[in-house]
Amino acid sequence: MLAHVRIDLTVNGERREGVLRGGESLLTFLRDTLELPGSKNACEQGECGSCSVLLDGTLVCSCLVLAAQAEGHDVVTVEGLARDGALHPVQQAFVDAGAVQCGFCTPGLVVAVVDLLERMPHPSDDQIREALSGNLCRCTGYAKIFDAVRLAAGRA
Amino acid sequence: MEVFRPSTLDEALRLRAEHPQARPIQGGTDVMVELTFGDARPEALLDLSELAELRGFAEEDGLLRLGAGLTYTEAMQTPLASRLPALAEASRTVGSPQIRNRGTIGGNLGTASPAGDALPPLLAERAEVELASARGTRTMPLAEFLLGVKRTALAPGELVTAVRVRPCEGPQTFAKVGQRNAMVIAICSLAVVVDAEAGEVRAAFGSSAVTARCVVVPLAEAAELPERVVEAASPIDDVRATAAYRRHALRVLAARTLERCLRT
Amino acid sequence: MSATTERPRLAVGRIGERLPREDAVPKVTGEFSYASDLSTPGMLWGDTLRSPHAHARVVSIDVTAALGLPGIHGALTHEDVPGKKLYGLEFADQPVLAIDRVRYVGEPVALVVAEHPEQARRALEAIVVEYEPLEPVVDMERALEQEPLHPDRPTMGHGYRDDRRPNVVRHLVIRHGDPDIAGDVVVTGTYELGIQDQAFLGPESGLAIPDGEGGVDIHVATQWLHVDRDQVAPCLDLRPEQVRLHLSGVGGSFGGREDLSMQIHSALLALHTGRPVKMVYDRAESFTGHVHRHPARIRCEHRATRDGRLTSVRMQILLDGGAYASSSTAVASNAASFGLGPYRVDNALIETTAVYTNNPPCGAMRGFGAVQTCFAAEAQMDQLAAELGLDPVELRLLNALEPGDSLPTGQVIEGSLPTREVIRRAAALPVPDQETLPRDPLRLPGGTGNTTTGEGIRRGVGFALGFKNICYSEGFDDFCAARVVLHADGSAVVHSAAAEVGQGVVGVMLQVARTELGTDEVTLAPHTTATVGSAGSTSASRMTWMAAGAVRDACRAALEERERRGGGEVDVERVHRHPRTTPLDPETGQITGERAHVALAVAAMRVVVEVDVELGLTRVVWVGTAQDVGKAVNPLALEGQIEGGTAQGLGLALMEEIVTRNGAIQNASFTDYLIPTALDMPPVEIELVEVPEPDAPYGVKGVGEPPTVVSTAAIVSAMRAATGRPLTRAPVRPDDICL
Repeated sequence: MLAHVRIDLTVNGERREGVLRGGESLLTFLRDTLELPGSKNACEQGECGSCSVLLDGTLVCSCLVLAAQAEGHDVVTVEGLARDGALHPVQQAFVDAGAVQCGFCTPGLVVAVVDLLERMPHPSDDQIREALSGNLCRCTGYAKIFDAVRLAAGRA
Repeated sequence: MEVFRPSTLDEALRLRAEHPQARPIQGGTDVMVELTFGDARPEALLDLSELAELRGFAEEDGLLRLGAGLTYTEAMQTPLASRLPALAEASRTVGSPQIRNRGTIGGNLGTASPAGDALPPLLAERAEVELASARGTRTMPLAEFLLGVKRTALAPGELVTAVRVRPCEGPQTFAKVGQRNAMVIAICSLAVVVDAEAGEVRAAFGSSAVTARCVVVPLAEAAELPERVVEAASPIDDVRATAAYRRHALRVLAARTLERCLRT
Repeated sequence: MSATTERPRLAVGRIGERLPREDAVPKVTGEFSYASDLSTPGMLWGDTLRSPHAHARVVSIDVTAALGLPGIHGALTHEDVPGKKLYGLEFADQPVLAIDRVRYVGEPVALVVAEHPEQARRALEAIVVEYEPLEPVVDMERALEQEPLHPDRPTMGHGYRDDRRPNVVRHLVIRHGDPDIAGDVVVTGTYELGIQDQAFLGPESGLAIPDGEGGVDIHVATQWLHVDRDQVAPCLDLRPEQVRLHLSGVGGSFGGREDLSMQIHSALLALHTGRPVKMVYDRAESFTGHVHRHPARIRCEHRATRDGRLTSVRMQILLDGGAYASSSTAVASNAASFGLGPYRVDNALIETTAVYTNNPPCGAMRGFGAVQTCFAAEAQMDQLAAELGLDPVELRLLNALEPGDSLPTGQVIEGSLPTREVIRRAAALPVPDQETLPRDPLRLPGGTGNTTTGEGIRRGVGFALGFKNICYSEGFDDFCAARVVLHADGSAVVHSAAAEVGQGVVGVMLQVARTELGTDEVTLAPHTTATVGSAGSTSASRMTWMAAGAVRDACRAALEERERRGGGEVDVERVHRHPRTTPLDPETGQITGERAHVALAVAAMRVVVEVDVELGLTRVVWVGTAQDVGKAVNPLALEGQIEGGTAQGLGLALMEEIVTRNGAIQNASFTDYLIPTALDMPPVEIELVEVPEPDAPYGVKGVGEPPTVVSTAAIVSAMRAATGRPLTRAPVRPDDICL
């Protein structure tokens, strides 16, 4: 294979393709090549969760996935959650609960909560805290984020 | 930087032999950090994430074979968690849910960090490492595989394909000290296994020597364990903690985890 | 999860209502554009070569090899800075690019610009810099005797106390009453704090676009657009109007974006290449790319009568400002002014010294000098309570500073300061019962690490009180402009350069405009220097007050103007000023007019911790707090400020410290610079105390800083109660508890 390779993958339900550099992360590929900057670049080493996406339905840090590894796989980013102009219930709950301040952690947290509620529709407080322990937030102190999770779970 | 993406183990081993400079990558949780920050610029990468042969685990005659691609999340789930509870507890302390979904046991072995969280429970279980190359497959005790800080006995052309463990029947547990309640690299860690059949207690610690290390004490002398662990450790001062604290914490952890095991 | 719900009508909301944020929708969908998300056709990427030395002479810089690499469009050094070579918030003492000397590890030395960031990174490696290492000044006490790092003394002659010792940024002495007066009891202590990082998640980023006529537009995440412009333009040798700053999405700031990062650099590269240039710091670079909270060493002596009244306090405060002045002079002033805490003390001697060293530069961070002194002063109050056998809450009530009392600077408090009410409300919050065992390790010290099943656990309850100023001080001409365009159809557009950094000022401005104009149809124009005057900084808990004042004044003026004209479109800009302050006397530290500080806000916090005393690990179980907020503009946003501010103080109490070795940061990553996770934060119970500030629009006070000021002190107070150890240093290390 050459240093620059073209890959095909499914992103937010659509077939996408793009040329990547060999060592490039899925995060930079999503942001720079596919022009999906919703996944964020706060640490780029898996310590903050701001780049969280679903890879074949599994929550991962896209900064730690080699972009080439995503070839032929299915990726869902924060941009793929709203449907027909309506927010995803988790997104709506983040808005309503005041869970957003600067918002840099928000896309990753929204994806992580979507994943949590898929696996556990009615998580306990401890389950919420553990499930979100990989998503750093510097603004909110997390309280309103927990409120958002409970709100979304309660509305489902 | 080339990326090789084999779809079978045979193909992977062939590529491994042909391209010894290619860096194996599985979950990417260690390798990607080095690539992104420019700390490593290998000529090529050998992606192992598509290899079905490395996934999951199997049990045959009481011998568990954990595929190198087994994730921490999988190690935390039953039935595996009830067979290797210390490994499950250790896995729960690894990074974040995102990391645990992606990081693998094989990767932990390949990176061979002294802080690798899966290493103490596997050492305490006297795990063996399965190494494959185009020449064939061999196994060696994990304790012999770990040579130093990020150094292993992996020979040219080899890949870590599995870990083999025969879980012992007695109680076991794992504990890890970090200065935060989640998502920390171990200041120090300790796994304890009470092997009644062998009449011994084994404790393996991390982040307190150049590799994770195992200490064995006869069951009758179990009370000696904390002291023996501290004697075996050679911790350093670093940005995470002092050597003095590590020694102290290892002694406390050894006493507590032993008591936890013997209590049950 | 299938059904989606309708979007709420976010556009409704008057002052005092509990409201979701206007910008929350684009933030939850990922559409909101942060500085690091910007891109434009033909864009190049800039990168920065930084000093590996804490202190060295720069002998030569050779960029020839870098220029020959593929994709490289330029490499610049100090010689390429067309205008002023130095910049700075208070004193221009920091080189745009190192000239003949580097003073900290990470100081910018050269710039490159390339087609791709990876090419830029490789070009940096090809630049050859010859350094002659010098002995670094790394100890803040020894700095006062070592060779001066800034021999030209840029901080002298500015009306501050002249101090002949080397490496003094500012020396401040506040002498109040008779500090030698005796007390029945005396408690002393020395306290230390490490360097805290703002650790905002959105890395420093910017995009500079040349306008084709010699000027430049800079899109950046910052806290004060106009003061950025005023620092950038002289270095580019441009007129201010040729440099336009535009606010992009800001991923948090907490003081760390007050100083410039890549603003001048990206503009230099853009003007050099004639193309748009983007710069994005990675996390490691971010740790050297902004200033930090000052580490401090504070010596205290508190004297009191047998019945617990403070008679005199002496404090000696030493702050390490690092290599450049940044806002050290103001931090020093705040540390001194609020050093005693919100207590009535008739006799005091407070000496504060901020020094230059070769450590990372320090400047603004949430709490701004008051965090450090609150930690020391509250430990002293606890110690005094123990010495006197008094309840710590009672001791604080007894000495509480209230309107009519004076600060040690002689300023009589005339505005709102409900100290006793805040103390009582926090102290009345019921503390939760101890949970039974066994528990999931998540709810024990050590968390998922599974280090205890209950062994070694001691519970402790702590209390602390803290305060600080609202708005800029000491005669700073602080103002905020807002412009309101009223359309003929009744809708309105508000123009403001106020930096929305996550705190929610956009919501405040909309609430004010809707309240004043009586319409929901209000929108905000983009924040820029191009269409409206300065808003001042998103700092000092001032933006709610100042923006509310400016928007209110502009709205009222617009309505009057429309009335006068009998309808049609009107466009009005107004500038809001808070009451004037005056400088402190350089020799006595006493006020030279009525006040040196505009207003004050106080917070009290009660904390429960469980400490594993054998391993030195801590779990904060519960936080209850009461805060003086003037008037709650939006309780939902306000609670978020208190919860988030508390979390940052928790970080400083338990885990956050930039560790340096010979001036070099050892933990420039989120792997080793730890900030609290979802598993570290307890529930925070909040009591809002609303006593309107008479001088402020609607009676508002800023709310962002008091929780951070008080929470470190309160948490460590609880840890002392649990462990019986003095714990005089923050963050508390496990060693301090169990070794």
